[in-house]
Amino acid sequence: MISDKLIKVGMADLNIASNGEVLKTTGLGSCVGLTLYDPRKHLVGMAHVMLPSSSIARENPINLAKYSDTAIPRLIERLLENGASMSALQAKMAGGSQMFTLPGQNDTLRIGPRNVESCLMLLEEYKIPLLAQDTGGNFGRTIEISSDSGILSVRSVQFGTKEL
Amino acid sequence: MANFNRFEAFELDVLKEVGNIGAGNAATALSTLLNKPVDMSVPSVRLMPFEEIAERVGGSEQVVVAVFLRVEGDVPSNMFFIIHEEYAQQLMKQLIPLQHVDDGIYSEMELSVLCEIGNILAGSYLSSLADFTKLSMMPSVPVVAHDMAGAILSYGIMHYGQMGDSALLIETKFIEDCNTIEGQFFLIPDPDSFQKIFQALGVGSP
Repeated sequence: MISDKLIKVGMADLNIASNGEVLKTTGLGSCVGLTLYDPRKHLVGMAHVMLPSSSIARENPINLAKYSDTAIPRLIERLLENGASMSALQAKMAGGSQMFTLPGQNDTLRIGPRNVESCLMLLEEYKIPLLAQDTGGNFGRTIEISSDSGILSVRSVQFGTKEL
Repeated sequence: MANFNRFEAFELDVLKEVGNIGAGNAATALSTLLNKPVDMSVPSVRLMPFEEIAERVGGSEQVVVAVFLRVEGDVPSNMFFIIHEEYAQQLMKQLIPLQHVDDGIYSEMELSVLCEIGNILAGSYLSSLADFTKLSMMPSVPVVAHDMAGAILSYGIMHYGQMGDSALLIETKFIEDCNTIEGQFFLIPDPDSFQKIFQALGVGSP
């Protein structure tokens, strides 16, 4: 993808982009890359969410971008501050895989699916439509989204690149 | 752990020794398997920001073969044996008469072979460590993945997620004598496991 400017979103990080800029996050495993797009303003935001709930946080102060229940509200806030309108926001997401499955493993290790469930719940709460998702499975993904088109491209080792 | 983000220098040295013992034995095991000398690096032990972790194996998108074992017992930990694709092929070539077609895809048989090699090496790493520390370390069955390093390693540091934005990794690298094969071990003790390690090695607070 040819782009004017690539903005990297790290792990447990979030950012927004406009004016043809592209947001990218690499190596999503159980983490979820959630994007929100305002097609009228060509304004896009991405969060690389690592854990489903801030209720388990033992850090202080907490990194808002890390937990889905704090990252999504913060991302919405950033987009609205920059001129997006709440009713225009559209969501896409990818990631949330289960990289390794061990026999008899407990629920805490099902982090990927739980991240996805938690993001879905939050989107519902904020009444943001989810246009597309590529989640689950047992493989890693790299994603990027263009602020021009809102197209989310998802790349994996096994399946190559697809656009959502 | 209240002062988790402040390890004393001597504590890091103790963890380096942990890496030394484990990887030293694993390197010996590999040397026996290959019937060739195998060198290992001085272990690197550091509290590493999440972003930097995948850089240790060539970047978040670097495709690697990784064998993962979950360790239960006295010191719950995650253990990875990570090897780049080209080295994985070299390793297989030297050990088994499989004809690998270089199409970036591994057959089930090939992955199974790599998984077993990782299991042998990680097993010797852990058993030597358990012998030395008298701590019980029970590895799970090994699982193998051929995927992006970032996706793989992030799985092993989840327990650190709730505590901050960095994780402590005990990393050792081994290099086969003619530089045809190299690989890395990562032992990532759960945050609550460190005091047990320190106590077992006589430097913990009682």
